[in-house]
Amino acid sequence: MKKRLSALAGLLASVSLTLIGLVIITFLIGRVMPIDPVLAAVGDNAPQEVVERVRQEMGLDQPILQQFLYFLGQLLHGDLGRSILTRNLVTSDIARYFPATLELATAAIIVAALIGIPLGVWAAVRQGTWIDQAIRVVCLAGHSVPVFVLALISLLVFYAVLGIAPGPGRQDIIFQDMVPHVTGLLTIDALIAGDWDAFWDALAHMVQPVCILAYFSMAYITRMTRAFMLDALHGEYVITARAKGLSPATVIWIHAFPNVGVQLVTVLALTYAGLLEGAVVTETVFSWPGLGQYLTVSLMNADMNPVIGATLLVGLVYVGLNLLADALYRQLDPRVR
Amino acid sequence: MFNRRTFLAGSAAASFFSYSALSAAFGDTPKDILVVAQQLDNMTSLDPHESFEAVGSEISSNCYQKLVKPSLDKPSEIVGDLAESWEPAADGKSITFRLRKDAKFASGQPVTAEDAAFSLQRAVIMNKGPAFIINQFGFTKDNAAERIKVRDANTLVLTLEEPTSPSFLLYCLSANVGSVVEKKVAVEKAQGDDLGNGWLRQNTAGSGEWVLRSWKPSESIMLDANPTRQKGNVKRIILRHIVDPSAQLLMLQKGDADVARNLTTEQLRTLQGDANYNLVRKGVASLMVISMNQKSSNLAKPQVWQAIKWALDYQGIQKNIVPLTHTVHQSMVPGGFPGAIDDKPYQKDLAKAKALMAEAGLADGFEVTMDHYSAQPYPDIAQTIQANLAEIGIRVKLMAAENRQVLTKMRARQHELILTAWGSDYFDPNTNVEAFCVNTDNGDDARNRTLAWRSSWQDKQMSERSVEALKERDPAKRIALYEKLQRDHMANSPFAIMMQAVTTAACRKNVSGVRLGTLSDTHSYAGASKA
Repeated sequence: MKKRLSALAGLLASVSLTLIGLVIITFLIGRVMPIDPVLAAVGDNAPQEVVERVRQEMGLDQPILQQFLYFLGQLLHGDLGRSILTRNLVTSDIARYFPATLELATAAIIVAALIGIPLGVWAAVRQGTWIDQAIRVVCLAGHSVPVFVLALISLLVFYAVLGIAPGPGRQDIIFQDMVPHVTGLLTIDALIAGDWDAFWDALAHMVQPVCILAYFSMAYITRMTRAFMLDALHGEYVITARAKGLSPATVIWIHAFPNVGVQLVTVLALTYAGLLEGAVVTETVFSWPGLGQYLTVSLMNADMNPVIGATLLVGLVYVGLNLLADALYRQLDPRVR
Repeated sequence: MFNRRTFLAGSAAASFFSYSALSAAFGDTPKDILVVAQQLDNMTSLDPHESFEAVGSEISSNCYQKLVKPSLDKPSEIVGDLAESWEPAADGKSITFRLRKDAKFASGQPVTAEDAAFSLQRAVIMNKGPAFIINQFGFTKDNAAERIKVRDANTLVLTLEEPTSPSFLLYCLSANVGSVVEKKVAVEKAQGDDLGNGWLRQNTAGSGEWVLRSWKPSESIMLDANPTRQKGNVKRIILRHIVDPSAQLLMLQKGDADVARNLTTEQLRTLQGDANYNLVRKGVASLMVISMNQKSSNLAKPQVWQAIKWALDYQGIQKNIVPLTHTVHQSMVPGGFPGAIDDKPYQKDLAKAKALMAEAGLADGFEVTMDHYSAQPYPDIAQTIQANLAEIGIRVKLMAAENRQVLTKMRARQHELILTAWGSDYFDPNTNVEAFCVNTDNGDDARNRTLAWRSSWQDKQMSERSVEALKERDPAKRIALYEKLQRDHMANSPFAIMMQAVTTAACRKNVSGVRLGTLSDTHSYAGASKA
């Protein structure tokens, strides 16, 4: 019991240190950026007295240390402040933007894993054959072609030319404001409301951005799976299994793959965390109002409360997913328990 | 590997994800809904007494009325909006407005002089970004109640600090900050002493053609027709935040958007001459200008100002880089403004430019940095300027940065050359003449930080003439003064004004009633209709 409590205390301390480090770095970056945040609030042409007054109201005339301590005090009370641009509380902005990214990222990682892992295994099993080469080319394209190119081509082909996919945005105008906001995940909210048309519409709007993000993530997952599998397939236990006359499927999936699974958990967790940061380019091309766009627009305007809020959230996501991966390690690998 | 079963399963999955069934069901946008694809970020408030950026001002101006407004057909004329008549006092120190009796807010309540007085007082008391436009007539928080007075239910009297040109006052009142909000609603929704500002940032209480239904930042804005003022058959406008101009074009072509507002030159070219689209174009009050900081000894020489102006290939830049989004314009007052002149004395003349450099004692040229926005078309134009100036020996080092970063540097007077855009605040030549000419205190802690101050340029005579033109009460004489000022400024200032922006609303052919104005707060959807 004592050991567990000590481990928990250690974990909390490391998480807190990570988050405090994030806050300090993001805050300092925000203050040394060569952009005057007051410009976002009052515009470029406002008279100097208005600029100075707003600077005072925003506390930007105070020494940096004082600004930071004030910010930290507010943060400890759960107050991330307000966005200059939206004038909303940062917490309520994040509650609105993050579900859009969460919906996209979750669907993308599921698709990427479902396709990428079998492809990686296949490429490893058929190492050096044309199948391996073909998978390599597909993965290289996924990694090397810029996302905005893929996104624009996708829109042009599937939306504009073939007309089999919807245009940019999360939903058609016909469904605008029709689905009550419960979770912020449009598909789930539509299901809760029992509105099947809205559900299919939201799902259809997800297909293109999800496929683009999934392709990008899949390329990485496939390459890593292939590398891990190649390593595993050369293990002595696999040679033993083969020597025992087990079927290739049993050797691959029952003997080799479970050992790869442990390493894949880390790859999947980090890929998912990367997607949850918000895929700015994909969100921009598909006009997806997600965290990436929110963070970028805020950063461009030196609107630092949202930037710090979103960065903290992303930090929490990373920490959370790392902890989850650690927990899964213990389940998948008895040696770690 | 592929058998009949996998083929059938694949086909079923494909049809499951296909959108064709849904899109066939909906087709084009509904007849009574106008869908506009537009970049809607950077919008901070819809309160007309606070909003001071392009998109917010445009939306807000469609939801409110002012006492007066510039005529859309003849912008140099002021026409009544809520006011049916106005009468300046003989001494120029007051003006009396008589309001129309038939004007109603979207709530159905009549618009009264009480509402108008409250609104102007509110703008003064809140003292947000655009308040200076009306505060320059001497209104302050302390005297607003006394100087903005109701005479009767339909009569409003404004008392000014000093004798003022009526046309200047009227143009300033036609700005968005002159909008009339419904007093009862603003007071009811007020929290503390905010005069309803918190609520009006995201709601409307006006008498304009449109009423805000919802605003989701970086997503969409929905406007419903004001039933008391409806003109066209469109009952709702949905403005969708579509960041990428390519996506805007695709939506327009597919019929998912009726209007696209941010198409680039390349995209507009594909629509030009196509009978399915109607391109509504308008020169707007945004000038592309090279400002030369006088803190740099080389740039402080008048011959260098002239040399740079004669070295630039204005026509080439316009034709090759921005043919559909800018026109060549060299005066400090944008085309479409009262008193604006259309003179274009400068064109590329290397011999003249080199001679001027030699006269300045800089025949071998010099090195200089030029800051510019990183968004297109600025990088392309900056590179052309770099090549143009290299021909007369000026070696330009380009420094691209985000819009706000460039502005911050310029406001701190840390630049040398800067390629930037300058937008006007209200529909009177003074807005730009003051910015480009007036600099009464060139100290680093000056209160009035005009564009001239930001370039560390002080010309006492030019400052005085600007003030003289501002105070001239005879409209014709006033215009004549501004015309002369523009010509002299063109010939003798460290500003190379190059282009005026042109905005285009690309509309599908069945859309009518979308009108663009010189200022963003005069873009109008009043009377928008779909056939």
